[in-house]
Amino acid sequence: MQWGSASEFFAMGGYGLYVWTSFIATALCMGWEVLALWRRRAAARAEQRAGLLGDTDETTA
Amino acid sequence: MSVNWSKYSAPQAFYPLAGRLIPWFAVVAVALMGVGLYMGFFVAPTDFQQGESYRIIFVHVPAAWMSMFLYVVMAVWAGIGLGLNARLSFMMAQAIAPTGAMFTFLALLTGAMWGKPTWGAWWVWDARLTSELILLFQYAGVMLLRTSIDDLRRADRSSAVFALVGVVNVPIIYYSVQWWNTLHQGASVSMSTGSKMAATMLMAMLIMTIAFWLYSIAVILARVRCIVVERDSLPVWDERSAVSQEVVEVR
Amino acid sequence: MNRSSMWEAVSGIVKRDLLLAMRRRSDAAMSVFFLVIVASLFPLGVGPEPAVLRTIGPGVLWVAALLACLLSLSRVFTADYVDGALEQMVLVPQPLAVLVAGKVVAHWLISGLPVVLLSPLLGLQFGLSGDALGVLVLSLLLGTPTLSMIGAIGAALVLGVRGSGLLVALLVLPLYVPVLIFGAGAVTSSMAGIGAEANLSLLGACLVLSLFLAPWATAAALRIALE
Repeated sequence: MQWGSASEFFAMGGYGLYVWTSFIATALCMGWEVLALWRRRAAARAEQRAGLLGDTDETTA
Repeated sequence: MSVNWSKYSAPQAFYPLAGRLIPWFAVVAVALMGVGLYMGFFVAPTDFQQGESYRIIFVHVPAAWMSMFLYVVMAVWAGIGLGLNARLSFMMAQAIAPTGAMFTFLALLTGAMWGKPTWGAWWVWDARLTSELILLFQYAGVMLLRTSIDDLRRADRSSAVFALVGVVNVPIIYYSVQWWNTLHQGASVSMSTGSKMAATMLMAMLIMTIAFWLYSIAVILARVRCIVVERDSLPVWDERSAVSQEVVEVR
Repeated sequence: MNRSSMWEAVSGIVKRDLLLAMRRRSDAAMSVFFLVIVASLFPLGVGPEPAVLRTIGPGVLWVAALLACLLSLSRVFTADYVDGALEQMVLVPQPLAVLVAGKVVAHWLISGLPVVLLSPLLGLQFGLSGDALGVLVLSLLLGTPTLSMIGAIGAALVLGVRGSGLLVALLVLPLYVPVLIFGAGAVTSSMAGIGAEANLSLLGACLVLSLFLAPWATAAALRIALE
């Protein structure tokens, strides 16, 4: 273990701003992508369900 | 239709398979990210030249590698789509683009974060950074071309042609900028400062890369599933393709 | 398919496009005029310092040539697309890629060649010396056909798409980067006394590569657009 204390770990030898910005930005982007996909899936499924219900009276025409 | 080259080439058959695979890829990706981050922050030693700022490479290098790799994979799927007229391939290409663009953006952002303390500048017109930037433009071009065309079939095929043209362009840009830099004798910069990389550093980087790769697979498969459902509920689908009707009938 | 009928078809397309351009001379004049205006704006923006102008000159002129080519791209296929001539081109026995090459040659003669011919005059505005002017003309002579070749791919992809004017710029400009680097680099290196041969031969390589790949990709894009 090379870090004496938690504050030393977060300081990253004076480069904390750069290091943590990079890692947090990456985490945020990935998290946002997963969340967006989750929502997209929910929306797509809802639409599909609506479409299937609509199909029964539309496609026969 | 030459679509039956594989059981899973039909979107409807692929859909449940992808659904079963996604959790596995996601779980292993998260686990490997944990291991990679632990190794990167607690096992890998401090770099004697760059201090702690080098730890950015544990996200920067995997993101940059994935951005390039995903573009090539996207172009391969686009090429297969054009060659075999397989719709699932176009859906794969469509699903890869946003994730690839995200990694390109991250590679640029973390590159700037790494460059500021190391080179003293947020941006340097280095071959790698410049080709990443152009790569981002090309991802944007592929996605914008797709969204501008209303006809699904044409959108698929046009963006596939552009993706394939772009795959020729990126290496040319890389070498042209490298050439241009030697000409201008600008800041002679290299991302890999010194070949002396501790084994644990390399290990952490590789583990993070594999984790990003598995993450990409999980996310892309999930997006393909969304695309299958979205296209299925579009009325255009039934008119356009005999294939989907065949599949529906078989079921 | 014998060679002479293919040649006839291509020269027929070139002649026809040139004739149409002669009828609407203002169209072709506009992109040249655009080039002159853009090139003249830079000294006004940067300031009249001769040393600065000489440094930025090659790059500015090349970027201006790039933009002038970009502006004229919509004319390559749109008229033929609207009046249905393009659909006939797909149906004739000659390979579409060869006919596309004819269209690109015509486009270069109409909007690329005037840029090349005008460039020494604009180079003088930036204080380029005799040698550098020669290299500038030579680099544009090698580079602008490549720009037309690559541009045709973009023009075919966005044919009939809404907002195509802006879209074609976003698609094509990233593909223009190598040509810009080698073209402007040729002039800069000749001014620095390194010699422009290496850059010029790389420009030639780009031209050969685009000659082989671009008509084929453009033909594929046209078929997709016409389906």
